[in-house]
Amino acid sequence: MRPDLAAIVQWVPKGARVLDLGCGDGSLLRSLWQEREAPGYGVEIDDDNVLACVANDVNVLQVDLESGLSLFGDGSFDCVILSETLQTIHRTEFLMREMLRVGREMIVSFPNFGHWRARVQVALGRMPVSQELPYEWYETPNVHHCTIRDFEDLCRRLGVRIRERLALHDGKPVTTLPNLLGSLAVYRCTAA
Amino acid sequence: MGPDDTNLPRSVGVATPRRLRFARPISLKSGATLDEYSLVFETYGRLNAARSNAVLVCHALNASHHVAGYYADDPGSIGWWDNMIGPGKPLDTDRFFVIGVNNPGSCFGSTGPMSVNPATGKPWGADFPVVTVEDWVAAQARLADFLGIERFAAVMGGSLGAMQALQWSLSYPERIRHAIVIAATPRLSAQNIAFNEVARQAIMTDPDFHGGHYYEKGVVPTRGLRIARMIGHITYISGEAMAEKFGRVLRRGQPGFDFDVDFEVESYLRYQGDKFSSYFDANTYLRITKALDYFDPAADYGGDLTAALARAKAAFLLVSFKSDWRFTPARSREMVKALLDNRRIVSYLEIDAPGGHDAFLLEDERYHAGLRSYLANIDL
Repeated sequence: MRPDLAAIVQWVPKGARVLDLGCGDGSLLRSLWQEREAPGYGVEIDDDNVLACVANDVNVLQVDLESGLSLFGDGSFDCVILSETLQTIHRTEFLMREMLRVGREMIVSFPNFGHWRARVQVALGRMPVSQELPYEWYETPNVHHCTIRDFEDLCRRLGVRIRERLALHDGKPVTTLPNLLGSLAVYRCTAA
Repeated sequence: MGPDDTNLPRSVGVATPRRLRFARPISLKSGATLDEYSLVFETYGRLNAARSNAVLVCHALNASHHVAGYYADDPGSIGWWDNMIGPGKPLDTDRFFVIGVNNPGSCFGSTGPMSVNPATGKPWGADFPVVTVEDWVAAQARLADFLGIERFAAVMGGSLGAMQALQWSLSYPERIRHAIVIAATPRLSAQNIAFNEVARQAIMTDPDFHGGHYYEKGVVPTRGLRIARMIGHITYISGEAMAEKFGRVLRRGQPGFDFDVDFEVESYLRYQGDKFSSYFDANTYLRITKALDYFDPAADYGGDLTAALARAKAAFLLVSFKSDWRFTPARSREMVKALLDNRRIVSYLEIDAPGGHDAFLLEDERYHAGLRSYLANIDL
């Protein structure tokens, strides 16, 4: 399992109602059901992923995140998850507000653009390509990269309270200089 | 065929319709009562010992109980959803016991306007009551009773058939584990009703209609039926599919400057109209379009679909098609939202298939793969 997903599973309380945005093939939802008895829905736009979710026997809704979470009522989830999807979203602020409208808590993970390798590659005059950022600039689905500091600035601006933060590299937690040494960031946030 | 080929999709083979008479009166939503009625149905596969593998397939406007296989005396008479149902197909008859049933008011064998009214000894004609989706579901439930099916593994259908699947989850929440609702809407729009009304007007203004009592005159309102079908057909396929299929191709290679068939699409519509009017009954057409118009489970809840669906207990799979401009994906999303509001189990697929409303009858890889996986995950 992807290291950020393992962390997310630990953060979701038993029996929580979960919404997983950009849920891929549904494996996180499946683990949440199996390990935390947390029922949930996934939102996914890609045909192959949606079909994989159906095959994985998880509830999936094929709708576009960019149009918001209008299918979901206020406070209808305990936990709204956006794992490694934030960087692909065009209307970032809008979606984050929506997540905290429909959920009590949100869990967000993203590749940290502030990781030293990315910084070195940019310093050498190239867009970073790495394990967390595997795409060439001309084929990437990512549109909004950010660093750990950037994300925390946005949270402050939106009045989002960060409850927990985990920086990871090679699947291991990074405690010193997370914005430099962590290649993947995971946050648990609530409305202020 | 070698032993390795046994999992390849196959036909269910020869289908045999059965007819069952119900002597107990059924009260209809309109207030009318049918003192007795018959239903024609077909079954495929085997009901398991636990009676837990039954799937009811509901038909839409112009179809019947003949959903899969073919008749022994006519190999060309293939069921209308044969690509979906059979051994190794998405609705796998090696696993499920599948039932196709013809609804009351139809013209394919179940009691309808062409049947003899026991009170008069003559065909019902115009006197046959207007039937609703709720009435059909009530009639289907009696068939389920007869077959010893307390609870369906799933009830499924497309379009008007999907409305019956949804209604099942509301009329008999305990009797259905999964509702598979494809290319549906929770209620017709004013535009949908308008198209239906034009079709009905085409039929009712045909001089051969005789107020619905045309059987005794020995005529059929063919012209009205033809036009009704043409109008319907335009709404079933997408503009894109029509453009691709016909474009502006001229039948005679050049404009005729007359009113004979110029464009291919005209020829197609005339052909569809002729074919339909040769087998479909006008009184049935009027009633089925009315059943569509009247379907609105939220009506009793001040238009609140969430309140209307609160009774449902089934797990739902909804499927819509992006090119369907008759019942657009937005209409399916309304139902998804109402189900989510009620914390029901629901999955929703929005298939990017070009076929329009009729896409639910066509073979699309993603559509069929989704149905196949969903059905395979139903515990028996």
